[in-house]
Amino acid sequence: MIPLQALYGSAGVVLFVLGLWSFLVHAPLLRKLIAINIMGSGVFHLLIAIAERGTEPPDPVPHALVLTGIVVAVSATALALVFSRRLEDAGGPPEDEC
Amino acid sequence: MSASLPLAVSLPLLGALATTLAPRRARTLGLIAALASSAVVAWLVVAVWTQGALRVDLGGWSAPLGIGLEAGGANTLLLAMTALVALAISVHAGDYFRDRIQLGHFWPLWLLLWAALNALLLAADLFNIYVGLELLGLAGAALAALGGSRAALSASLRYLLVGLLGSMTYLLGVALIYTAYGQLDLGLLATQLTAGAAEATALALLTLGLAFKAALFPLHFWLPPTHANAPAPVSAALSALVGKVAAWLILLLWLGPFATVTAPAGATLLGLLGACGVVWGSWRALRAERLKLLAAHSTVAQIGYLFIFVPLLQGLAPGSERTTLIGALLLMALTHGFAKAAFFLAAGQVQQHAGHDRISDLGGTAQRLPATTFTLGLAGVALIGLPPSGSFIGKWLLLEAAIAQGQWWWIAPLLAGTLLAAAYVFRVLARAFNLEPTPQRFVNQGRAELPGLVLAVIAVVGLGLAAGGLWGLLEAVEVER
Amino acid sequence: MNGRLRLLIALLAAVLGAALLWVFLPLLATRPESALAKAALAARPLTGVGNPVTAVLLDYRAYDTLLELAVLLAALLGIWSLGPPTPAYQRAGAALRAMIAWVVPLLVLAGGYLLWAGGQVPGGAFQGGALLGAAGVVLRLGGDPHAGLPAEPWQRLLASLGVGAFVIVGLVLLGLGRDFLDYPSAWAKWLILVIESAATLAIGATLAAAYVGGRPPGGTR
Repeated sequence: MIPLQALYGSAGVVLFVLGLWSFLVHAPLLRKLIAINIMGSGVFHLLIAIAERGTEPPDPVPHALVLTGIVVAVSATALALVFSRRLEDAGGPPEDEC
Repeated sequence: MSASLPLAVSLPLLGALATTLAPRRARTLGLIAALASSAVVAWLVVAVWTQGALRVDLGGWSAPLGIGLEAGGANTLLLAMTALVALAISVHAGDYFRDRIQLGHFWPLWLLLWAALNALLLAADLFNIYVGLELLGLAGAALAALGGSRAALSASLRYLLVGLLGSMTYLLGVALIYTAYGQLDLGLLATQLTAGAAEATALALLTLGLAFKAALFPLHFWLPPTHANAPAPVSAALSALVGKVAAWLILLLWLGPFATVTAPAGATLLGLLGACGVVWGSWRALRAERLKLLAAHSTVAQIGYLFIFVPLLQGLAPGSERTTLIGALLLMALTHGFAKAAFFLAAGQVQQHAGHDRISDLGGTAQRLPATTFTLGLAGVALIGLPPSGSFIGKWLLLEAAIAQGQWWWIAPLLAGTLLAAAYVFRVLARAFNLEPTPQRFVNQGRAELPGLVLAVIAVVGLGLAAGGLWGLLEAVEVER
Repeated sequence: MNGRLRLLIALLAAVLGAALLWVFLPLLATRPESALAKAALAARPLTGVGNPVTAVLLDYRAYDTLLELAVLLAALLGIWSLGPPTPAYQRAGAALRAMIAWVVPLLVLAGGYLLWAGGQVPGGAFQGGALLGAAGVVLRLGGDPHAGLPAEPWQRLLASLGVGAFVIVGLVLLGLGRDFLDYPSAWAKWLILVIESAATLAIGATLAAAYVGGRPPGGTR
């Protein structure tokens, strides 16, 4: 089963890098937020991949880490979305930062 | 005795719940929680002092299955500093936020932040640090937005996004370590980690993730707007405590479990970035037009100093030389914690009284707010590193070590940072003292002014004169933690 | 952002990806047997739950879960600190209302089932809470400004339940002379169920309240 596991884990790495690229390249806040979530999905992918142990039952620890990570990511995303909504309502980010 | 470790995290959490449930009584309940949390930390310090390093396995599951909390010499000192600064901020905030609704928002988030700080300082598990970092980041961003202005909202959002980018990078590092070693406990990893490509990549990812949060140059760009636009008590907490904890975690990883993985080149790179931060942050502080912005830029510089210690400590074998240098590092961190919190609280007072914090219009502040001006002056002494402040001793020992190890080039940023700091502190004081009449009353508003003053006195006099006790605690327990 | 910089970033990202794969793939082939996985599966009978993931989340690494619920609470408090939400959506049409009347009870039922089943098979507080949260989202989309949640004081209670249950159980056990969150074997199953139920309610309520996007409308201002 190693090749399939490697494929799944590699997909995670690719997702992480794609998310990072998107975060750095795109200016709109919403796209940055989505990019971070894609990076997160990449790491979760990787964790799920390494939980696989061939014929034995999968390692439950990475599964639990992913569940914890998802809830944390959802919370952070919710807060960031409300922030950007308020900022939009207030007229967007101020021109003169700092 | 070991019960004090989980209590140091759960009491602020309990306080956060109480203030969430009864927002109208937030101030009373919050102060009670702040006192209780500080008392537990005091108990913990006494316990470490008398018994040496403590470790508890939460849930009764020992590593690798469970999560541990550890209190050694260094992190106990940081915990004590956090408790004192947080207590001062708690007292000050009761007076700073006049509006009941704002107080109701401030308290639960502030206690959650405090719980996150304690959790991170005691953490002994890689993934647990990730969760703690997220709690720190979310609570910090929400608090920074309490200022309510568009600039504050924009800065907090950027802080949140950068923090998330950092946590995701950190988490990837954790995943790599779990792939290679199948465990997360720092103590166990310390015995097993060997030098290799995977380990080095993981350490690079962990460090990069934490560097975003610590505002290590050149990843500091988010810090000045966030800290300058937040309400003063929040700025004090973010500058004095939050960045410091992230920096401490990097140092912990480099000097502790990952010591076998680190190489002199990497350590020199960290030192260089720190040195750039010192010079750049101090320079921008000198050019800043607002008091809080000055303090925020100065934080970038002060965090930079901590990383100059890394190349000097990296190859150093355990012994008295290493203990001395770690003590100096801690002294710098503690002094900055007290001094910067004091500076921000004082800056907040100036802003509330004058309606602005433009440095060019500070004239007469010494007459109107003598105690606050005195606080700014004392905190400035500590930021420059004049004797008898703790940072004077810290910088002196850093200088000695740099010469002794033949790495004399670290002296240059040290001197440049100190000179620039003197310039920016005196620029503020010169403005504040430029009117004649002698002030009538030293203290105008006790609850708001005294907490900052106490912190500044600790930074200058307390830490300078009582530095011996600090090494006493470090030598009493194992040095690394 | 100009084209050249974009290209540079893309190149750097590609190099980073290649480096990560170069490190990760050999690691998969050579990594040792995970001692942690073995221990986690072996110690399961002591926890009283059959689902190993639930055992990790609520017993071995319960402290992580406690902090994670605190993160959820922090997000909600942060959202509330920004003031009341923007106005609610239009009232739902007849067809949507009829659908909501079917879907919401089903979601609540399924959430409760997932919570109960989580002890033995995949499922648990997070999955159950997510479904409860989804029920709130559906209600809000249908025009209910409160997303089916009670008044603000009750929302505060619901949001605090998860952290509260954990901290209180932890402190009581500490008071009894055990380690923090060290459940006695005989009670482990029931303590875990109590904490999980509280966490499910907290997660569901917090997600729905976060979706509302501001302090509960009509609450005390």
